[in-house]
Amino acid sequence: MLEIKDLHASINGKEILKGIDLIVKPGEAHAIMGPNGSGKSTLSSVLIGNPAFEVTKGSVTFYGKNLLDLSPEDRSHEGIFLSFQYPVEIPGVSMVNFMRAAVNEHRKYKGLPALTASEFLRLMREKREEVGLDSKLANRSVNSGFSGGEKKRNEIYQMAMLEPRLSILDETDSGLDIDALRIVGKGVSKLKRPDTSLIVITHYQRLLDYIKPDIVHVLYQGKIVKTAGPELALELEKKGYDWIKQEVGE
Amino acid sequence: MNIEQQYIDLYDQQKAVICKHSAEAMNLLRPDAFSHFKTLGFPTKKLEKYKYTDVSKAFEPNYGLNLNQLQFPVNPYEVFKCDVPNMSTALHFVVNDAFYTQSPTKAGLPEGVLFGSLKEMAKTHADIVKKYYGKLADTSKDGVTAFNTTFAEDGVLFYVPKNVIVEKPIQLVNILRSDVDLIANRRILIVMEDGSQARLLICDHTMDKVKFLATQVIEVFVGKNSVFDLYELEETDVNSVRISNLYLRQEADSNVLLNGMTLHNGSTRNMTQVTFAGEGAELNAYGMAIADKEERVDNNIFVDHAVPRCTSNQLFKYVLDDKSVGAFAGLVLVRPDAQHTNSKQTNRNLCNTSDAHMYTQPQLEIYADDVKCYHGATVGQLDDDALFYMRSRGISQTEARLLLMFAFVNDVIDTIRLDALKDRLHMLVEKRFRGNLGQCDNCSFCK
Repeated sequence: MLEIKDLHASINGKEILKGIDLIVKPGEAHAIMGPNGSGKSTLSSVLIGNPAFEVTKGSVTFYGKNLLDLSPEDRSHEGIFLSFQYPVEIPGVSMVNFMRAAVNEHRKYKGLPALTASEFLRLMREKREEVGLDSKLANRSVNSGFSGGEKKRNEIYQMAMLEPRLSILDETDSGLDIDALRIVGKGVSKLKRPDTSLIVITHYQRLLDYIKPDIVHVLYQGKIVKTAGPELALELEKKGYDWIKQEVGE
Repeated sequence: MNIEQQYIDLYDQQKAVICKHSAEAMNLLRPDAFSHFKTLGFPTKKLEKYKYTDVSKAFEPNYGLNLNQLQFPVNPYEVFKCDVPNMSTALHFVVNDAFYTQSPTKAGLPEGVLFGSLKEMAKTHADIVKKYYGKLADTSKDGVTAFNTTFAEDGVLFYVPKNVIVEKPIQLVNILRSDVDLIANRRILIVMEDGSQARLLICDHTMDKVKFLATQVIEVFVGKNSVFDLYELEETDVNSVRISNLYLRQEADSNVLLNGMTLHNGSTRNMTQVTFAGEGAELNAYGMAIADKEERVDNNIFVDHAVPRCTSNQLFKYVLDDKSVGAFAGLVLVRPDAQHTNSKQTNRNLCNTSDAHMYTQPQLEIYADDVKCYHGATVGQLDDDALFYMRSRGISQTEARLLLMFAFVNDVIDTIRLDALKDRLHMLVEKRFRGNLGQCDNCSFCK
């Protein structure tokens, strides 16, 4: 369970998050929507420990542990996963070596022995089939020369490999054509288990057609200004954000 | 007293001894070389070509020279078992400057191929040695080459006759072994006649903790339509200084691959001078250096496109840690007649600490108008975004850095045209980055 209390964060001295409160229980799917520049991506960056951001106030606990004390790698080991809005290209590092290092460090953290080469390759193949990733992508350098859609699919594939307890999808739908969106959406809903949680950050309703949120939040000017059921996403799709801004009193 | 004087006196007093322990074909060049050395002296930083390494300083300490060719008590076959697994090579040794005579010189080599002591070959095959020895390494132009030619008594001759293909790669291990500080002056002469093919791997190792200074002059003649690969791998000690001058001349349609890798060293200065003498020749010159502590690696390469339609391709990569210093200077000269030259030069460097220094100087001089030339150099750090991305997947900072550093040097290793050596290098580089090189599994002096 993720518990965020009065979280404030800034970058280069500029405060972006101005008091976020959010509880995500096991099994829940939350959508966080909001206009550009409201702090959605900052929230995801802070949760995974991006050193560019400074937490100035508040607390985040994850299954009882103080998340803010953990290194980015240990947050991953504890089961937090971010599907990046802009996945990073790493030329020269093969997907196989990258994933093997990641999976084996996760196993080490849990006190499990490293997978043998054949066990690992079998796991890669199974998960690749599960999320429909082309085998030729799995043989290349990490994200290197991948198209936008391929990069997003590769994020979902990594999510499948690491089996996180909480997955955060940061605008995973942006830049995807309809087919890619369907593959990604189906992939994510397939990976959703009764005890794992999701935070979906998006501008649009369309990804939510595949991943049905239990709760929808609107983030505006660094705060959650509205929380409601899935119907809120449909309303935002129809009416935009102006009425929210007015409600907040702008 | 200047640094040169002790060596000038030594030669004056000992030239009879030096000549006695060498051979006529080598002795013939000594008087001129000596007079050039007296004129030139050791190169200092004032010379453009030596601006990143003060070579003269390297000769300052009081080293011994083994002019009498006393045998050092060592059997390299006993102590050295670091051959490349899964690669069957013909293995040979040079101890300090002398070819290790117990080496089975003819084992497995095709008819007519010579591989052995330069001194002995200069007696038995004087015609070959006289024809080629010292013909590329101009003693009037370089103080180190003049010094080496003055004092070198032995080394290696590798001769491949016309149209002969040497299937088996040859491995030559230079071992520095001494109880006192020592200068070793090595000579390597490689002659590939027209239409021949061979691959040579030269490894440098030190066995003792004393100070070593090795000067090396390699001359390589590659005939028409010949293919030659030369890999040089240095794994020496912090107390060693290596000063190597490589001269290469390529005839028409020849194809040469040079790959110099410095994994561990003290101070290294490699000079490579390539002349295209025939049209349609191709050179691929690669280099990699991994340095930490106060190690120094300086590569200087000059490629002379003297004739049309030749291709040269250079890629040099350095990873510098701690207070190490790297230097790369590369000059590609395209002469007025060298139309349709295709030349590419790339130098990329990682400085992992603020105390590590990299000097890079890519240079192109083009006097022809129908050519394709590219050069570029970068100095930087590991990509923070990539590091963070990897950490967010649970890969520790240390492991993420290692993966990125492997990736960085891998494209140099991947140019190796011998799979077993490539695998071996991947392993050695991983060990090097993890900080435990020098502890190999089956070698008695690495313990």
